[in-house]
Amino acid sequence: MIHYLPILILFFIALGFALTNVGISEILGRKRPTKEKLTPYECGVEPVGSAHERFSVKFYLIAMLFVVFDIEVVFMYPWAVAFKSLKLFGFIEMLIFIGILLICYFYIWKRGGLEWE
Amino acid sequence: MPNTSIMTFNILSILPVLILAGFGMMVLVVDVLSSRKMGEKNFLAYLSLIGVVIAAFLSKNFTGTTLFSFYGAYTIDNYSLFFQFVFLLCAGLTILISKNYVQRENINYGEYYTLILFSTIGMILMASGADLLNIFIGLEIMSISIYILVGMKRTRLTSNEASLKYFLLGAFSTGFLLYGIALVYGATGTISLRQIAVFIAGKGGVLDPLLLAGMGLIIVGIGFKIASAPFHAWVPDVYEGAPTAITAFMAVGPKAAGFAAFLRIFFIAFGQVHQDWEKIIWILAVLTMTTGNIIALIQTNIKRMLAYSSIAHAGYLLIALVAANNMSVSAILFYLLAYLFMNIGAFAIVIVISQKEDSFLKISDFSGLAYKHPRLAIAMTLFLLSMAGIPPTAGFVGKFYIFSSAIKSGYVLLAIIGVINSVIAVFYYLRVTVAMYMRGPEREFQPLTLSPFIFVAIIISIIGTIQLGIFPAKVLEIAQRSILLLR
Repeated sequence: MIHYLPILILFFIALGFALTNVGISEILGRKRPTKEKLTPYECGVEPVGSAHERFSVKFYLIAMLFVVFDIEVVFMYPWAVAFKSLKLFGFIEMLIFIGILLICYFYIWKRGGLEWE
Repeated sequence: MPNTSIMTFNILSILPVLILAGFGMMVLVVDVLSSRKMGEKNFLAYLSLIGVVIAAFLSKNFTGTTLFSFYGAYTIDNYSLFFQFVFLLCAGLTILISKNYVQRENINYGEYYTLILFSTIGMILMASGADLLNIFIGLEIMSISIYILVGMKRTRLTSNEASLKYFLLGAFSTGFLLYGIALVYGATGTISLRQIAVFIAGKGGVLDPLLLAGMGLIIVGIGFKIASAPFHAWVPDVYEGAPTAITAFMAVGPKAAGFAAFLRIFFIAFGQVHQDWEKIIWILAVLTMTTGNIIALIQTNIKRMLAYSSIAHAGYLLIALVAANNMSVSAILFYLLAYLFMNIGAFAIVIVISQKEDSFLKISDFSGLAYKHPRLAIAMTLFLLSMAGIPPTAGFVGKFYIFSSAIKSGYVLLAIIGVINSVIAVFYYLRVTVAMYMRGPEREFQPLTLSPFIFVAIIISIIGTIQLGIFPAKVLEIAQRSILLLR
């Protein structure tokens, strides 16, 4: 357990650093709030309406689909690096993996997951 | 230790899993390609049933072999094959009781069957996993599929609530399990169950605090999945909200899979430090049995009552886990098979009685059933008596072996508490029977249509319950051959 002592020390240093900085700026900083300063930042544009709105569930669906196919690419990078040592075995494995994803893609497409309306 | 030297990849060893995955995906594709209306897609059920049967035959072919594949991460022995049989039978019976139910409740999506097949894959991986990570992945595949299945009835609020509740609590408990695995890995430097045992033996059977904490967290994680007492709060709501066929499935499947992993981890990896975990499991067992049985006494909804009874059954199974001898492994295997038959049978009858939109789920809705539908009432009585543990049913033999295994290892007090609990349980099981036979009907019984599928499922459950009760020897012999290779 003694090997982990540096991690514990680092943990407290990090915690102390964060708390000190926030605390100092809280104590020393000047506070002159104006209406402009208190509005939420929306990429420099004047905010339109409240942020507490209901979002269409479609955004969630698109985000999920993105993650699925993003992971595919993430998985292919290490595969490409190790391709030579994996030889034919690795190639076939990747074909199976992409095949399964293709079936998923086909399913999503036919189910209407890619249509916005 | 036989054949440990054969540490190969051996993709054929997971052939049943591959078949299930293939059929699962086939169901999805066939579903979206078909132009028929949702209610008319009978072929989805046929297709998934064929997949389960083929997987069962392939799994049967492995009988008697012991091998380690995927470089020691996956193992096939009689123990995991017994569990594969239980899972496949559970999936098959669930599909049988689902076919007409999903059409009645308008949830006949292809995903329904696919997810049943996928969660069966997860259970098989859990029972066959020889390292902690493989067990974890199996548990995740199983759980995620079931989270969705619970919320399948999208238009009903209770179903949505159940799904979200199960998902949030399940994800939380999975975190516990994973943290436990991480701590065990940190302490021993390996995730292989056998290597962990070797490590502990090297330390002379003494656990350092890190390993002890890891073991505790693993107990929490798996304890949640098998619905043991301090981690049981989700059970009644989720079981009530889920579609009834799925409730039947998740009362048996994940529980069996959880016990498969529990036994393998605690008998193989932590087998030598039995004194370090027996007291925790002892308390868990007593709490689980007592909570389940006492709260079940006051339930008015049949699904909630069966949910608490399922908690109580997990408690009986934990007794055998505490005992930790070879007899207790075969007792747990036998009990799980018996529980499969009686539980799915009881839920099948609940499905038939509840009718469209699950309108009749109160225990009082069963009053007078014996006068209108005597055969259904007899079948229901049989399943309930078996759950209560009354001879000559499967439940009696199962309980008998569990309590004997406890006594054999010297846990007499635990066995006595178990017996007292079974006596308490008789009350609420008999309450339904009394309502069916001794009270007049409180509602109009519409003519019930018993489809051939659910009929077959009920018949199989009846045969299973009676056969295991009267001629337990054959199955017990198989269960005894399936004991884990301890140490």
